[in-house]
Amino acid sequence: MSGTGARENIFPTRMALTNTKLRLKGAQTGHSLLAKKRDALTTRFRAILRKVDEAKRKMGRVMQLASFSLAEVTYATGDISYLVQEQAKSASFKVKAKQENVSGVVLPAFEVDRVPGTDFNLTGLGRGGQQVLKSKEVYAKAVETLVELASLQTAFTILDEVIRATNRRVNAIEHVVIPRLDNTIKYITSELDEMDREEFFRYVYDNYLSVFAIHVCHRHRLKKVQGKKKRDAEAAEVARIAAAAANEEVENIEIGGGGGDLIDSKDEDVIF
Amino acid sequence: MAAVAQKDRNLLAVIGDEDSVTGLLLAGIGNVDKEGTRRNFLVVDNKTEQSRIEEAFQEFTTERKDIAILLINQHVADRIRPTVDKYEQAFPALLEIPSKDHPYDPSKDSVLKRVQKLFGD
Repeated sequence: MSGTGARENIFPTRMALTNTKLRLKGAQTGHSLLAKKRDALTTRFRAILRKVDEAKRKMGRVMQLASFSLAEVTYATGDISYLVQEQAKSASFKVKAKQENVSGVVLPAFEVDRVPGTDFNLTGLGRGGQQVLKSKEVYAKAVETLVELASLQTAFTILDEVIRATNRRVNAIEHVVIPRLDNTIKYITSELDEMDREEFFRYVYDNYLSVFAIHVCHRHRLKKVQGKKKRDAEAAEVARIAAAAANEEVENIEIGGGGGDLIDSKDEDVIF
Repeated sequence: MAAVAQKDRNLLAVIGDEDSVTGLLLAGIGNVDKEGTRRNFLVVDNKTEQSRIEEAFQEFTTERKDIAILLINQHVADRIRPTVDKYEQAFPALLEIPSKDHPYDPSKDSVLKRVQKLFGD
């Protein structure tokens, strides 16, 4: 029997066949949709990858600049780190999370949310105020770059995960679900065919086998009778009677025409 | 994903050496709660214990729900590299930044490593 691979444990009926065919169609639609989604996500993912790479390198340069400006501050005012750490109270540089939708995947994007004002009003009051101010700005710029990079990176992490999940689903449908449904359909079809054959055979057996036996019998007799025909007129009479009888029988089972045909025709009309 | 909780996350946190932290605080990311105990930054120097860094890392990534981005100096991240490499959450975003004394090495970055791997295949 077919269905050598895995198939569903289902009773082979016509209804089950219809249902399974519908499910196969559904699986195929789902597969193509998911494949499309995967492609869209992958395109996006590639773009983000490139940007992440770029932004990481840019960050290196920006941070270098920022460090340098801080060195200027230290040169002008002395060490301010303790002061700054102690004076930090509440953040004026915050981020806001905003959402973006890529084929049904929510990607967060951070946005800089700066509140004017600062905790460090007195820093650099003595000297180097200008450097402190400049350094503040440079660092703010640097942090902006960092925030941008962070959004890219978050998008990267989430997309990576989603693409993996989608890939898993696509592969599962392609290599497990669809073959299984295919096998189930094959199995049901073969079972149904088998049942059809059995039914037909039984039908023929019940209705025609007895008639078939009679038919063969007559044919045999007719041949014998025909051989003697020329010599024996009486035998011809018998043959006519026999042929008539045969005709009667044969008409019942619709084989060819009359008794005469039975002699010429070969085995085609003898089905069994 | 943490799509629900991400609205409340609006702070940046930093684990780094003195200069990096000072600079970032100057930019205005510093946040200290009213009792003055919970800070969103940690200054790491040579004397800082590894366990202290791990602790801060856990606090910023897992315990606190108001942090959107965690900045960490690359040389500090190196000290807790296994933890950093294992970290795969989307929130807070983990960013390795260069410091003054340690130039940035893209090959060490846990995210860039993944990027390279993906480009490689």
